[in-house]
Amino acid sequence: MFLQLVANGLVTGSVYAIAAVGVSLVYGILRLVNFAYGDMMAFGALIAYGVDGPLHQSMIVAALAGMAATAALALALDVVLWKPLRARRAGFMSLFLASIGLALVLRQALLLAAGSQPRSYRVNPYRVFVLGSVRLSEQQLIAVAAAAATIVAVGLFLTLTTVGRVLRAMADDRALAAVAGIDVGRATRVAWLISGLLAGLAGVLAALVEYSFDPNFGFQLLLPVFAAVVLGGIGSAYGALAGGLALGVAQEVSTWSGFAGGVNPVYKPVVAFAVLAVALMIRPQGFFGQARVG
Amino acid sequence: MTTPLLEVSALEAGYDDALILRGVDLAADAEQIVAIVGPNGAGKSTLLKAVYGLVRARAGSVRFDGEDVTGVRADRLTRRGMNLVPQVDNVFPTLTIAENLHVGALVLPRAERQAEIVRVLELFPLLAERHRQRAGSLSGGQRKLVALARALVARPRLLLLDEPSAGLSPIAIDLVFEKLVEIRSLGIAIVIVEQNARRALALADIGYVLDTGRNAYSGPGRTLLDDPRVVDLYLGGSRSGTIASSSTSTSTPSGMNPAT
Ligand SMILES: Nc1ncnc2c1ncn2[C@@H]1O[C@H](COP(=O)(O)OP(=O)(O)OP(=O)(O)O)[C@@H](O)[C@H]1O
Ligand SMILES: [Mg+2]
Repeated sequence: MFLQLVANGLVTGSVYAIAAVGVSLVYGILRLVNFAYGDMMAFGALIAYGVDGPLHQSMIVAALAGMAATAALALALDVVLWKPLRARRAGFMSLFLASIGLALVLRQALLLAAGSQPRSYRVNPYRVFVLGSVRLSEQQLIAVAAAAATIVAVGLFLTLTTVGRVLRAMADDRALAAVAGIDVGRATRVAWLISGLLAGLAGVLAALVEYSFDPNFGFQLLLPVFAAVVLGGIGSAYGALAGGLALGVAQEVSTWSGFAGGVNPVYKPVVAFAVLAVALMIRPQGFFGQARVG
Repeated sequence: MTTPLLEVSALEAGYDDALILRGVDLAADAEQIVAIVGPNGAGKSTLLKAVYGLVRARAGSVRFDGEDVTGVRADRLTRRGMNLVPQVDNVFPTLTIAENLHVGALVLPRAERQAEIVRVLELFPLLAERHRQRAGSLSGGQRKLVALARALVARPRLLLLDEPSAGLSPIAIDLVFEKLVEIRSLGIAIVIVEQNARRALALADIGYVLDTGRNAYSGPGRTLLDDPRVVDLYLGGSRSGTIASSSTSTSTPSGMNPAT
């Protein structure tokens, strides 16, 4: 039972991790806490649903379509919303409030366009794979595999490629990056593109794992994703990964009967924040965060 | 008479409500070291930032290589051959030394980057040894060297340096000043802001004394060092030159441009 919970935790945790990396990437570069990220995830999941259901395409095509559409949405939002705000030198709080406003608008638009009824992808939830004492559904396995592949790819991209290095340089110091000759506007669009792809993927995987979802579901994912970002050290992509996995596992394991009889699953979000609070007391800058002076 | 590589005319700039630069003139030719000295808060750093477009110019102009570059974006100036080493926040702390240099070299054609990095690292053996270390883990002096190397790998024609020797040990200061002469001999023009005013002026082809956002004095570095007014007001008295040669001083007060 315990191993099963850990496995389930790694599944949800890997979805959190992908989303947390997407949030973290944009935060690192724009100092923007993107409250609309959950709704961008829902957008990706719904686009994939449209391609999977009515258009009868394979789940892979549907997922890629969801990712591409979310990346396009992220880029479009940079042009019409974030770039003008940057040009007006909007501060941290203005950007944060703008993202809350955007989240509300996006969610209402999704509800209006897609309706609030729950829906599922055309997958068979009863196909189960047994690995020793652990049973995982096909969707869970897909989610873990996709997340692992994505996480490795993003890690390699950030460390080994020139564009990855440019993004890390910008996260360190935007003004210095411009002085070094980096076109920071273009690099910002690259960050949005990647963040959007990750939001789309995380949305599709979350919808697969939860089986049934509606346009509101992204918002419910937002809090654990943010907790994962903070847990890992704000702005650190590697930290976001670790934070997501740790949080997913902690949430599931808290329901284990060996753990004080088990926490009622309804309180999983509370567990997320309890973990966060304790971890931050021990290491205030997060797992991978830089201790900052002043 | 050729046009100077960098020509700043009547530049005004500041932050929000505060006007800091109140009409500054400056000129630098290729293969010249130009020193800017002046009291704390005179606007020296602001001048470099305004030249680089990091602080908006409210009036006046900046010309580089004969072209008006006032308000041109920083990354474009870097592509045109300028570079800047800021006074603070001058490295990418989470990147390694090697990665800092690689980012600095991105303005070069891909095929030339690695060779240029190797060439610059030969100037800084200390950095070559530690190239895998994160820049944020280095001492202040070592960071200055990383910042200088990061600027040099872009093969600039003009280098703006904000207090490269501040906070360094005497040995490291010697090293930095040696490097400046080496860099000039590569054909690069240097505009340097220095607290270490005597030393900078002794080295400089041209010096500028800035005070409350205006040119106070300017002229050949040696001449400024020998000017009793400059010495008394800005260098804390007691001239380095022993003979009072002030009557023959050619340094020019208040904003006239000696380089033209
Ligand atoms: N970012 C900023 N916002 C507002 N005011 C600033 C800012 N940076 C500098 N100033 C002010 O502008 C004036 C000039 O500062 P500047 O840094 O250009 O002086 P400086 O000559 O470089 O001095 P120092 O020798 O201390 O480096 C100072 O009064 C300073 O307080
Ligand atoms: Mg200064």
